[in-house]
Amino acid sequence: MIALERRPQPSRVWSYLSPILAVIVTMVAGGIVFAALGKPPVEAIRTIFWDPLFGDFADYFRPQLLVKAAPLILIAIGLSFGFRAGIWNIGAEGQYIMGALFGAGFALAFYPSEARWLIFPLMVVAGTLGGLLWAMIPGLLRVRFKTNEILVSLMLVYVADFLLDAMALGLLRNPEGMGFPGSRNLQQYPAAHNAELIANTGMHWGVIAAIFAVVTAYILLSRHIFGFNVRLAGQSPRAAAFAGVSANRMVLICLGLSGGLAGMAGMFEVAGPSGQVMSSFNVGYGFTAIIVAFLGRLHPIGILLAGLLMALTYVGGELAQMNLQLPRSAIQLFQGMLLFFLLAVDVMTNFRIRFGRREVA
Amino acid sequence: MTETLLALAGLTKAYPGVIANKDVSFEIEQGEVHALLGENGAGKSTLVKAIYGLVKPDSGAMHLDGKPFEPGDPKAARAAGIGMVFQHFSLFDALTVAENVTLGMETPPPLRDLSARIREVSDQYGLPLDPTRIVGDLSAGERQRVEIIRCLLQDPKLLIMDEPTSVLTPQEVEILFETLRKLKAEGTAILYISHKLEEIRALCDTATILRLGEVVGTCTPRQVSAREMAEMMVGGTLHVPEREAGRPGEVLLTLDGLSAPSPQEFGMPLRDISVEVRAGQVLGIGGVAGNGQDELLLALSGEMSVAPDMVRLRDRAIGRLPPNARRALGLCAAPEERLGHAAAPDMTLTENAALSGKTRKNLVRNGLVDWGGARDFASTIIDRFDVRTPGPENVARSLSGGNLQKFVIGREILQDPDVLVVNQPTWGVDASAAAAIRQAILDLAARGTAVLVISQDLDEVMEIADDFAALNEGRLSAPRPVAGLTIEEVGLMLGGAHDMEVAHVEA
Repeated sequence: MIALERRPQPSRVWSYLSPILAVIVTMVAGGIVFAALGKPPVEAIRTIFWDPLFGDFADYFRPQLLVKAAPLILIAIGLSFGFRAGIWNIGAEGQYIMGALFGAGFALAFYPSEARWLIFPLMVVAGTLGGLLWAMIPGLLRVRFKTNEILVSLMLVYVADFLLDAMALGLLRNPEGMGFPGSRNLQQYPAAHNAELIANTGMHWGVIAAIFAVVTAYILLSRHIFGFNVRLAGQSPRAAAFAGVSANRMVLICLGLSGGLAGMAGMFEVAGPSGQVMSSFNVGYGFTAIIVAFLGRLHPIGILLAGLLMALTYVGGELAQMNLQLPRSAIQLFQGMLLFFLLAVDVMTNFRIRFGRREVA
Repeated sequence: MTETLLALAGLTKAYPGVIANKDVSFEIEQGEVHALLGENGAGKSTLVKAIYGLVKPDSGAMHLDGKPFEPGDPKAARAAGIGMVFQHFSLFDALTVAENVTLGMETPPPLRDLSARIREVSDQYGLPLDPTRIVGDLSAGERQRVEIIRCLLQDPKLLIMDEPTSVLTPQEVEILFETLRKLKAEGTAILYISHKLEEIRALCDTATILRLGEVVGTCTPRQVSAREMAEMMVGGTLHVPEREAGRPGEVLLTLDGLSAPSPQEFGMPLRDISVEVRAGQVLGIGGVAGNGQDELLLALSGEMSVAPDMVRLRDRAIGRLPPNARRALGLCAAPEERLGHAAAPDMTLTENAALSGKTRKNLVRNGLVDWGGARDFASTIIDRFDVRTPGPENVARSLSGGNLQKFVIGREILQDPDVLVVNQPTWGVDASAAAAIRQAILDLAARGTAVLVISQDLDEVMEIADDFAALNEGRLSAPRPVAGLTIEEVGLMLGGAHDMEVAHVEA
């Protein structure tokens, strides 16, 4: 009989190994799915993982990598604090939308301003605030009425989604847009445009913010008392209370932090790569970032790497859609499988497989 | 005239890194009360788990009634006539007594028949228990009766009891002993695990003493002194804590009408507790588990907020202050539950040292944790309190219970508090470690700290406290000097035996 036995200490080796193993298993299982769809599996995997980096049109795709990775990393860093503390913000997608609406709304309110030194920094503030306020709804409800933040934050994604549609069709619609839905394009609004900082690199202010977030998170987690309190709250809530960590304050701070960073990511996206408030603005970064956070072991450096990897599946997935006519949902399935396999392989961190008779010790 | 019921021959069980039992052999006669003695980690629980089918020994054999006995699981052991009452009850608070008993049975009879059976057995053995009551409302002693009756319904030949008296008042202990003597008279053998040597002398016919997994001796408890048994257990001479009689100083901690609802369901609210603790004084608070001990600790540590004036440190109202503010003012606390409350199981000892030591040891500067300083603090605790661990980088849950307890108590003592509150400081700790912890508490008091010891171990309270107060149903009795207090008086202060008659009235 095969049995799982709890390890006396979590295995360090397995905690590093399991994300890599999960990626490999996902490639294999993904290949099988692609084969079942009648696509050549090896070519599909190569198209997703290899071509964007080293293929014929890599020069075009590589900058895309940073553009996609930046919001994923920014959101995932924020989520990782809450996830470590056992506070489950599943609604980053909604906070991301609200950040974009606040940021774009603020910029458009002052259209056409020339004062970039004023408008752009305040857009960052507005975007962050938008996400933060949206995350405070599940936060305050949980603290005040003990509601479940998972459900509330998730449901607010759909509210935010409808709000986005309403804004694109109503309040923020481009008055010179001949009645088409969608706001003015912020890329043509110099005071608000989050442009590439170095041509053809994909490097924009959101990338800078993401790198800054990774470094700050690293210091917070390893050296700062806040990081210690977050880990304590997640591992042992009663020990955290004994150490003087207020559970309610932890909920508000973690939701605020993740909401704020998601809002900031949304603002950078709408002001740069996307440009417009329109109903197709959000592409699921807020949800994918959950995968990124776990794939990166909730560790800032891990999240940086996992964010780049997930960005690769986005870029490579688009490529596979174009070249191999792979359906978009197959790519999403592929990303979902990654989290699924990661959680499965993760069992090995805390347990070991034992062959032979089962024993209760 | 007696026959051997269970014979163990050469039982050996090794876990990675430790040998829990090494070549253990002894016999239990029919109708015998057999004590199993040993320090923590001596291998007692592994041994009884082997008998109860929870652990399979690596080698050796067991014979029950002369027939080979190899239980594959507890179900098989129960079918063979082995019953076990664990130290920690596995009962559901929200269900009734009868429902709880049903859950442990293979083929439960209808609830009505079962209730009748429960009443029958409880009358027969003098264990008053109403099958329709909700377990959450029962005292610890009554909960234990549920467990015992659950076993007795299966007519066991051998009843294993793991530290059964640790949660009972002296009067309840007497009731239990009467029951056990009745069982013995009917031919049921009892394997009795305990630290309390006087009880073993009062109850047991034979004692087998384990040390480091091996049998180091057998004796007839009535014929040897408690001290001799303790020294066989420890394998050396036992150090008894000493104290100098100091004069109590100024009042440091004042509780003034402390009342608060319990934060937990089925918890006990605190009801109008008023007491003073002076510098250099050790106040012992006794009481049976679940009478407000946990709540009192939370109210003092700051995890539970109460009205400001209800708790005063010197003359400062601190009832509303959070834990770290209280620590800064000089009040430290050590909760009962080591893993998960006093310490975070998966964190290293360094991190756990910072957990409560960060404020008084100045381990946080500008928000950054001084991990080097925390490591030094952890190492100091490990050295000074003889914590057996390879080093401060090990996680808390890798330590044995006794060692972690030394670490947790040491962490608070080394912060030089003005007031120290400890709950069950030596719970589950072996005799020599317990003596060391008690000595450290007395030394701290001698240096002028006001100490409040909450403990269910009356021997401990009588040994180290200057004054004794009893916590009963969330109320605290007036403290009385320990000198001259008899164990009967203490028992009465604790509320005597809970529910001597089958109780229908809520207290």
